[in-house]
Amino acid sequence: MRRIIGLKFQTKSSKPFPMNLELNCPIPISEYPVITMAHGSGGKLSHQLIEKMFRPVFSSRELDAGHDGAILSPGEGELAFTTDSFVVKPIFFPGGNIGDLAVNGTVNDLACCGARPEYLSVGMILEEGLPMKDLWKIVLSMKEAADRAGVRIVTGDTKVVDHGSGDLIFINTSGIGRVREGVRIDPSSCRPGDVVILSGFIGDHGVAIMSAREGLRFETGIESDTAPINGLVDAILDASKEISVLRDPTRGGVATTLNEISRSSGVGMVLDENSIPVRPGVRGACEVLGLDPLYIANEGKLLVILPEKETGKVLEAMRNHPLGSDATIIGRLTADHPNIVRMTTTIGSSRIIDMLTGEQLPRIC
Amino acid sequence: MKYVDEFRDIGLVRNLSVKIRKITTGEWNLMEICGGQTHSIMRYGLEEFLPDKIRLVHGPGCPVCVTPLEIIDKAIRIAGRPDVIFTSFGDMLRVPGSERDLMSVKAGGGDVRILYSPLDALRIAEENPDRNVVFFAIGFETTAPANAMAVKEARRRGLKNFSILGSHVLVPPAMEAILSSGENRIQGFLAAGHVCTVMGYEEYIPIAEKYRVPIVVTGFEPVDILKGIYQLVVQLEEGRCGVENAYGRVVTRQGNPAARQLLSEVFEVADMKWRGIGTIPRSGFRLAAEYTGFDAEKIFDVGDIIQQESPLCIAGQVLQGLKKPADCTAFGRECRPEHPLGAPMVSSEGVCAAYYRFKVPN
Repeated sequence: MRRIIGLKFQTKSSKPFPMNLELNCPIPISEYPVITMAHGSGGKLSHQLIEKMFRPVFSSRELDAGHDGAILSPGEGELAFTTDSFVVKPIFFPGGNIGDLAVNGTVNDLACCGARPEYLSVGMILEEGLPMKDLWKIVLSMKEAADRAGVRIVTGDTKVVDHGSGDLIFINTSGIGRVREGVRIDPSSCRPGDVVILSGFIGDHGVAIMSAREGLRFETGIESDTAPINGLVDAILDASKEISVLRDPTRGGVATTLNEISRSSGVGMVLDENSIPVRPGVRGACEVLGLDPLYIANEGKLLVILPEKETGKVLEAMRNHPLGSDATIIGRLTADHPNIVRMTTTIGSSRIIDMLTGEQLPRIC
Repeated sequence: MKYVDEFRDIGLVRNLSVKIRKITTGEWNLMEICGGQTHSIMRYGLEEFLPDKIRLVHGPGCPVCVTPLEIIDKAIRIAGRPDVIFTSFGDMLRVPGSERDLMSVKAGGGDVRILYSPLDALRIAEENPDRNVVFFAIGFETTAPANAMAVKEARRRGLKNFSILGSHVLVPPAMEAILSSGENRIQGFLAAGHVCTVMGYEEYIPIAEKYRVPIVVTGFEPVDILKGIYQLVVQLEEGRCGVENAYGRVVTRQGNPAARQLLSEVFEVADMKWRGIGTIPRSGFRLAAEYTGFDAEKIFDVGDIIQQESPLCIAGQVLQGLKKPADCTAFGRECRPEHPLGAPMVSSEGVCAAYYRFKVPN
């Protein structure tokens, strides 16, 4: 029988912990080098984990209030609400770790709803044996990512499962954001002639993960692109409110995301292979492994679909933002071949770009 | 990227296309042997660059596709054992066996791991001395040397808990089977460049002479493939049937002597069953007598498993170039990459998957 022991982040506490992210892990590692079942028992060690690590690092007005849940003031307008769970393996990879990924992922989903992310919840499932120093690194990364994105972690929960029942750490984040006034992101408003913009180089995250994965280790120097894109989305929506689609092409990559959009909007799409930015390291890794960068995951990229007349100012706004400096037009929507994404290849021929089937697996010869 | 971009150059592609159109007068059925070439032809829409008189027929050179059903069933039985760590190239996990695939064995708790190199299986065997580590060693002459190396190395290291479940097939006997069939329409072959990298191309000379068919060793990029087709058409139009090498930057006449030596040491040539085609005499490798201690079929006693293909899937005819994927009533309907009925819909090199994924409907 699996034991699950849990506790909430919020506990009554006297005053905020003085924050200094340069501090060493506040839990005495000599005493508790790894997470034990006792850290989820609700007793002294649980209390220590919350009071010395989670609460002081994530400190926010709502969290510090110490209720069972966060009390929020909704204000005017529409809210966007999303949730995402993170089970990435390995938990540390070139360019990031499961912590900043978990914050950025939910921030980006909110941003793609046309919302400004405001609040996050953090649910952690820790496996007995997780090194305490790793948890500390992850928690600090989450804090840094939240600060970078301008969101507050307002509630959380921790569970510990026994060894073998998890894979070191799983994190769920849910987020609430406020939808910007006058913005309506809706794929059904896509029209033939609309333009597809991609914010930068594709495939970095997936290749970074694969390069670090057990059994498939190779050296590329490629780092994950994990980043909060809400600032980039803000710059776009400042430039134009006439945006049909904002999507971050995560699992399944650009190909799968564009297929989803094509199918939900009932239009066709033609991409130009020459215009799609792929770093040489990603291209090389994909050539060797038999993978297609169009299907590789990204964690800090953005696809924008908008009427052609808005393109100039939106491209300019994107290129002026650090996360959109390589933004470029990669394709257009068409009336013919509805629901199908096609691509003009580097040699001028035409082929289909289908959705990803299963996991992209290395080919054998 | 060096050695890639030059061979995807639009100018060279157009130039070759013009040259092929200029010399083609007859109607020619050409077969590319290798699934990697089929993949490239579909991915780059290379048929757009050829005259209508040239028809490309896709050959049986996808190792995933020709691995017989009963080997998959044997793999599934072995992988389900609690004492086994079953290791495989990724593509094999989704190939349907008669009842299920290796992916479902994994989902059901079997320890099935995807590897990129068979040598990684040796490391796993060393790290898990109390478990039996089995590598699913399939493929053509291209993958066979690495599998042979793993077996030889396992013996050198004295590993008692490593074995392979093998299904190695050879290209030349398959070409002969196609050419000697009464239904054959193939007039020229693009030989598989990677296979020839290992084996060289001398063994194709008697085939070209016996069946009066030109054979051109061909690479995998768009320019390589069009160059191979061009050389084939020149020979056909001139009535010649020689063996030529259009992949000289990689392939030599003798191949790779070290790899060939390794193959002849670890394996011996044997009759082999091909999925959808049947048994072809002397068309595969089995472990040589002194290496049979590494044969998973013997260790786990799965010799009793014998399976016949479903009569509904026309994969056999597709793999012999007798039918195109779209001739199949299940293509794109009951049979899709996410729900394959036959192996050619599984691997990225499978002809059905390549058609499904890349070919723009009219």
